[in-house]
Amino acid sequence: MTTETPSKPIPEPDDASAPFWEGSLEGKLRLMRCTACGIARLPAREHCDACLSTEYEWFDASGGGSIRTFGVMHQKYHPGFYDELPYTVAIVELDEGPRLPTNIVGLAGKKAEVGMRVIVDWERHDDVALPKFRPA
Amino acid sequence: MANSLRGAGAITGLGMTPMGRIYGKTTNELAADAVRAAIADAGLTKQDVDGLLINAGITGFTGGGIGLGLQNYLGMENLRLLNHMNAAGSTAAQMVQYATLAIDAGMANHVVCVFADAPLAQGTSAGAAYGGAARSSGRPKGIAGLHAAAGYFGANTPYALAAQRHMALYGTTQDQLGTIAVGQRAWATKNPLAQMRDPITLEDYHNSRWIIEPLHLLDCCLVSNGAVAVIVSAAEKAKEMPRPPVYVLGMGQGHPGDVNRSGSEWETETGAKLAGETAYRMAGLGPADVTACELYDCYTYTVLVTLEDYGFCQKGEGGPFVEDGKLGPGGALPTNTGGGELSAYYMWGMTPLSEAIIQVRGDGGDRQVPDNSVVLCTGNGGNLSYHAALILSPERN
Repeated sequence: MTTETPSKPIPEPDDASAPFWEGSLEGKLRLMRCTACGIARLPAREHCDACLSTEYEWFDASGGGSIRTFGVMHQKYHPGFYDELPYTVAIVELDEGPRLPTNIVGLAGKKAEVGMRVIVDWERHDDVALPKFRPA
Repeated sequence: MANSLRGAGAITGLGMTPMGRIYGKTTNELAADAVRAAIADAGLTKQDVDGLLINAGITGFTGGGIGLGLQNYLGMENLRLLNHMNAAGSTAAQMVQYATLAIDAGMANHVVCVFADAPLAQGTSAGAAYGGAARSSGRPKGIAGLHAAAGYFGANTPYALAAQRHMALYGTTQDQLGTIAVGQRAWATKNPLAQMRDPITLEDYHNSRWIIEPLHLLDCCLVSNGAVAVIVSAAEKAKEMPRPPVYVLGMGQGHPGDVNRSGSEWETETGAKLAGETAYRMAGLGPADVTACELYDCYTYTVLVTLEDYGFCQKGEGGPFVEDGKLGPGGALPTNTGGGELSAYYMWGMTPLSEAIIQVRGDGGDRQVPDNSVVLCTGNGGNLSYHAALILSPERN
């Protein structure tokens, strides 16, 4: 086992996020929306952190958003990323409001920019797909 | 009407161990060394101390950090105030605040506030001391795992991303960040306690390796083993004690949070604004009255955005404000005069606090600022998440 190339950390679904990961396998960016105040959120907890209501619904976001901010990582942290250094790590703000940490792919020589329009681009793994983003 | 807490408390003792790559002592032993030195500095005995506030550094999370057990390690009996606090880099200033409040309320007489940390092991890199979680094996759980999956690691990432946004919104430049690093190193050359004492140029800054763009190595703080303790006493008692009192004229906190959705401006608008408003109001002072700053400087960018939020310049103008070198030796606003966390030592909020005490006492030697009458001392922690302010002065009025 020790001779294997180290793999990247791939999230494991938990109770709160299971529908998100199920959606990911269908190419759907599935989020929670508070039915009391209407604010959308990533599925991290049962309550709405805007109004504390526990009433919510699931919905599929558009997949569109913009780069809130980004950086280009050079530092070696996790062996699973060594081959990709330097890579672009970003926070994308979805059109529905929530922000998520991600990578910008498909730049094809272009530089990432704050405010750049992007769209989700799923990276498939065994039991989940990861939401990466590429220029729209 | 003046706030009754203005000048109610004073810092009367300071104890510091050697800092940096020092090995062979546990965090309890380091803390005990700092506490012993602080008690002696204040002219007190251990029995005079009736309050103990404790802050572990990163070892509070990774293992081996100081905790409530420090009371018995120090053999302190019948304390009237005791807690183990953690609001990250804002804790040191907060400990002085809670000590002052307790003393003013009659709950304690002399409160020791202590920080100790020993993340550096012999033969390992500084980065290894803080990037540990990134190397943990196994799958991260749930939606929080998106950070690791994106290679979003450590404190370097959020601060780089915050700086990037400031650059995009306001045109802040790499040269302007570099000027902060160069100025602080110039201060560090005058500080015998500093870990990094060779001067650097802007060219050295640009040539230092990227950690995560837009942050170079020289934008980032050091990692240090060591401990610092301070003693807070009532102002009335302080004037009878051996060292020049460091009066606490203003105190404030601000914790903006990051709700992780549209509307949060955590990258460029920090808790320093709220903390500063509260502290200035208590002190009856404003930014124009501040003669020197000791600002929490985990990164160069932290200094720049903190200066904006304390009102030394308008939002977005931090870059042009610092680019003439006014923060460095001989400049108009001496800042991080011991070299700070970038160049001297990384004792979380005790780095700015210890240097503020040295300057207010007039103990700065070659680096003593020309006017120490109003020193702003700040702490910042998390991802610009937690902030605390002290306004310190050698004069009570």
